[in-house]
Amino acid sequence: MRKVIEGSAAIAEAIKACRAQVIAAYPITPQTHIVQELSEMVANGALKAEYVRVESEHSAASAVLGASAVGARAYTASSSQGIMLMAEVLFNISGLRLPVVMTCANRAISGPINIWNDQQDSYSVRDAGWIQLHAEDNQEAVDLHLQAYRIAEDPRVQLPVMVCMDGFVLTHSYEPVDIPEQELVDSFLLPFRPARTLDPADPKTFGMYAEEGYTETRFAVQRAMQSSKAVIQEVAQVFERHFGRASGGLLQGYRLEDAELVLMGTGSILGLLKSVADDLRVRGERVGALKLVSYRPFPTETLREKLAGVQKVAVFEKAISPGGVGILAGDLRSALHPVKNGPEVSSFIVGLGGKDITAGTILQAVEMARAGYVESHFMELDEEFLAAAVE
Amino acid sequence: MDRHSLQAGHRACAGCGEALGARLAIDAIGEKVIIANATGCLEVFSTKYPESAWTVPWIHSLFENAPAVASGIEAGLKALGKADSVTVVAQAGDGGTADIGFGALSGMFERGHNILYLCYDNEAYMNTGIQRSGLTPLDARTTTSPPGERSWGNDTMKKDLPAIAVAHGVPYVATASVAYPHDVQAKVKRAIKVKGPKYIQIHVPCPLGWGFEGQLTIEIARLAVESGLYPLYEMENGRVTRVKTVPKRVPVEEYLRPQARFRHLFKTPGGEEQLRRIQEIADANAARFGLGPVETPQPVGV
Repeated sequence: MRKVIEGSAAIAEAIKACRAQVIAAYPITPQTHIVQELSEMVANGALKAEYVRVESEHSAASAVLGASAVGARAYTASSSQGIMLMAEVLFNISGLRLPVVMTCANRAISGPINIWNDQQDSYSVRDAGWIQLHAEDNQEAVDLHLQAYRIAEDPRVQLPVMVCMDGFVLTHSYEPVDIPEQELVDSFLLPFRPARTLDPADPKTFGMYAEEGYTETRFAVQRAMQSSKAVIQEVAQVFERHFGRASGGLLQGYRLEDAELVLMGTGSILGLLKSVADDLRVRGERVGALKLVSYRPFPTETLREKLAGVQKVAVFEKAISPGGVGILAGDLRSALHPVKNGPEVSSFIVGLGGKDITAGTILQAVEMARAGYVESHFMELDEEFLAAAVE
Repeated sequence: MDRHSLQAGHRACAGCGEALGARLAIDAIGEKVIIANATGCLEVFSTKYPESAWTVPWIHSLFENAPAVASGIEAGLKALGKADSVTVVAQAGDGGTADIGFGALSGMFERGHNILYLCYDNEAYMNTGIQRSGLTPLDARTTTSPPGERSWGNDTMKKDLPAIAVAHGVPYVATASVAYPHDVQAKVKRAIKVKGPKYIQIHVPCPLGWGFEGQLTIEIARLAVESGLYPLYEMENGRVTRVKTVPKRVPVEEYLRPQARFRHLFKTPGGEEQLRRIQEIADANAARFGLGPVETPQPVGV
């Protein structure tokens, strides 16, 4: 059913439609509206699930780990500091191959403390062994959650999935969203049937101390990540046939045919990047946009295909590896490195801590990228502030 | 039970009190159990890949999250309609319980999960090489609380975790000791009949960490109880319901002297004063729980 709904409420509807059985979460802005909606659904009986009101994000991740290990479909959500506090559990969940799904309502990390949107939180746990999918708008956020459980629980994958959606920009925005009918979701997402569970009838030891087999276990996670690329594409295709709209996949190109310059990013910034590409096309410039949906696994092969013939890529990212470069740009350069005459990748850091990103910001970066290689550049710095206050 | 929950062949040291305590406690539950185990000696020595000594379903995640993992297991079993047929256990050592896992434990207690929490108390971080924890007793030598010119060893009192559990409204709280195996098992059996969170703290001497020969584990554990330093009691709904009285309470020196971790108290001038302080702890326990007087009062000293 299509209705105007807040992003967070739409996600709660999606989790309900997925029939999550255990929800454990700790409040943090801007994730809170999602878990409040879910609490209400559990309280009024609309969602038959156990809601565990944990005392920290560390315990939220740990509780969904335990629930998943006994065979329950489990869900959590967090942001920012919460993702940081969960970090060691996130690695553990993927190592245990538990198909938990969580939402990251992307937010800046302290310090200084800032509640507004960027993507430093999810990017900082890129190595945790979670599939990370980025939503451009609230419809896609809903669709990615439905796809996430199917991807995570696929026997070829058995890895957790983090659906990333920009905090406030999406979580607190009202948009028309199609909330799929329960029957439609039920025929798309079958009940969770894990290969192994903690079960007294068939006792197994999970989470052993390993020296022998440690490397191989880590390799198995890497291999499953690689296999998940095909599964992510396949699930997106099945989703389109089933629900009648395209959503998800590894990446989505926009006006890439004959493009010389491609504007690339993850999440809600894509609307702006596409609109700037449209404006530049009107001026006769061959510009396209590329939305990376799956940041992990990183779709190296597909990116090489899509960017074949492109001269320059301007990457816009709301995260930085201090002392290094923009994280996404670094990954893209590495993926394109073996490509002969591949595109030059410039990196622009934008929108940290909710800083406004305007068409002007993007156009300025486009000019810089055209002028030459930009290793990594902070856009829209307040030079007066820097001179006066930072040191 | 034909086979033990924790089978022989694991890699614990000879005389390990924790291995014995865990086997006794889980055997008392039977096969219908799921265990969430914190990081520590027990996890390492019982599950070195590709072998596991556990014959019951068991999961290890991290150091500080066994109570939260167990909470998720219990919630998952409820959601799947299987909660009534399985006992959920969370277990950890003293460091995993009193220090790093304390927040998660408090959350588990407060939410009222139907979980038995077992703390195997060997009074220091043994797995990492005998470092001081919140349950290390006064004056014990550990590698991070060494005695020296300006130190008598650990300078803090043992944290009273059972009292903290009681303060959460935990309906069943008990202490136990591997010196009294039937008592350990009786307490576990009573605990699992109680709905809600349960806390049992089992004293499990560590030959390596405390500095005594492995064949003395039971003897040392018994002296801890007989001296009044490790009182054994049960508290149900906030009230002391059973106490193991000690009609012939021994001076604390009899417990302390055989252990290398307290040797400095007997070799260093001024040690008598420390021994008097430790005797006062035992006397306070005796008064609090009605253990009984010291049988043959002797002047305390070197």
